[in-house]
Formats: sequence, structure tokens, C-alpha cells
Amino acid sequence: MSTNNTVAEETTAIGPVEGESLYDADFPAPLIEAPRKRTAKTPKSTRGNFEMAAWLFMRLSGVVLVVLVIGHLIIQLVLDGGVSKIGFAFVAGRWASPFWQVWDLLMLWLAMLHGGNGLRTVINDYAERATTRLWLKGLLYTATVFTILLGSLVIFTFDPNIR
Amino acid sequence: MPAGTLYRGREGMWSWVAHRVTGVLIFFFLFVHVLDTALVRVSPEAYDDVVATYKNPVVALLEYGLVAAILFHALNGLRVIAVDFWSKGPRYQKQMLWTAVGIWIVLMVGALYPVLGHAARQVFGS
Repeated sequence: MSTNNTVAEETTAIGPVEGESLYDADFPAPLIEAPRKRTAKTPKSTRGNFEMAAWLFMRLSGVVLVVLVIGHLIIQLVLDGGVSKIGFAFVAGRWASPFWQVWDLLMLWLAMLHGGNGLRTVINDYAERATTRLWLKGLLYTATVFTILLGSLVIFTFDPNIR
Repeated sequence: MPAGTLYRGREGMWSWVAHRVTGVLIFFFLFVHVLDTALVRVSPEAYDDVVATYKNPVVALLEYGLVAAILFHALNGLRVIAVDFWSKGPRYQKQMLWTAVGIWIVLMVGALYPVLGHAARQVFGS
């Protein structure tokens, strides 16, 4: 910084900003923090990342379901005479294998949670009254939990010699 | 475009509408489908009686519709994933939609005989 700084300020129209810097290594400019920067004083968010996790789940489960469901459709509706061959004996034959038990169990859970979350989004979008949303989602969650539990129970307790 | 709406029309909006409609339909079917499968815990006869409904020619048409909904939802779902995760996805969203529709048509033609063949034989005799 030059020694005649104060003289220049008084004798020219150029202010200190346009003129020479007010700051140097011995007298650094004050640090101005970026707006909305998170610091130790920032309160913790109370919302969490549920919606982001739900968004990611829809994509991950979607990819897996494409394989599981299209495989299921090919087995049930295309191969060996299509729907005509389906019956108790056919189900018993497939669930004799742990591979198809796991396939069906995974498909059940992923499809119900994927569809349940999809309907949750639809309800949130179109049901405008808070009480309507509450009741519709209560019904949805009840039906979803019931269906997942019933389906799992059926797969785990299936008895080919029931009769 | 009417004032005061977020709906923009064209490929982007209509594929989103179709994705919603097919998704809701599939979910309702899934609910019924788990219930009918649960009949294997009641008796083989109860299960076979209900499955006989699925072999009815009219219901076969509904099954063809279910396959149509599932295949569209699957193909468009993969497109949505590409739009979200592929850096050039948003730029090619229209091309990807028409690609998905093209694959969907091919698969639906392929599903005609396997899904509806038995119904055609029953209705028209074989």
C-alpha cells in the first residue's frame, strides 16, 4: 500500500474501492460466508431423507421387478400352453424348489412396496383435503401390510399334501 | 396451453399419465392376485376353481390388457431411470419413449398367440 493513500482519497473522485485495495497480507479482508452455508449453528433438519430414499427405491426395485415380473409372465402365460396348465399341481411343482420360493417372495415384497409407494404418491397428488389423505393412506397401508403378510405366509406354509 | 396449469402435454406428460394409470391398474390386480393365490392354503379345489376364471376367453382379453400395462410400465420405467441417471437422458427422452413404444408393439404382437391362442381355440373351435 502506498504511503500517500490518504492524500489520494481527499484529492480525487476515485473512492477506496475503485482505487487501491484497502486490504493486504497484514490487514486481510473480512471473510464473508456464503449464504445458507451449513455451520455448527445450523439447526438439524427434522425431515430426514425419506422422500429421497423412496425415490431411489422406486428405481432400484423397478429394475429388479422388470426381470422378476417378465420372467413370471413368460413362465405363467407363455411356456407350456400358457395359462391353461396353471393349477394346484403346477404351483406345488414350482414351490417345491427354494429358488422359485425366493423368486416369488422377493417379487411379492418388491412389487407391493413399489406399488404401495406409487399409490402413496398418487394419493398425495390428488387428495387435497388432509383428512381424505389420512384415510386413503391408512387404507392403503393396511391393505399393503395385509397382502405382504398373507402372501409371505402362503409361500412359507405351503403344503403340497393339503388333501 | 391453458393458463394456471403445470401440464405441458406432448410425450413427456402423456407418458407420465400412462405410467400412473398402468401402475395403479397393476397394483389393484396384484392385490387380487395375492388373494387368489392364497387359496392354495384352503384346498386344491378352491384354487383350481378360481384359476378356471383366468382361463375364460373374456378374462383372457383382460390378461392381454394386463400384459400390455405391465410391459408399458416396465419399458417406460427403464426410460425414466435413463432420464434420471444418464447425463444425456433428458435430451433423448422423446426418442427413448418412441423406442419403448416400438419395443412394446413388437412384444404385444408376440404375446398375441401365447396369451390369446387358447381363448381363440375355445371360441372358434380348433
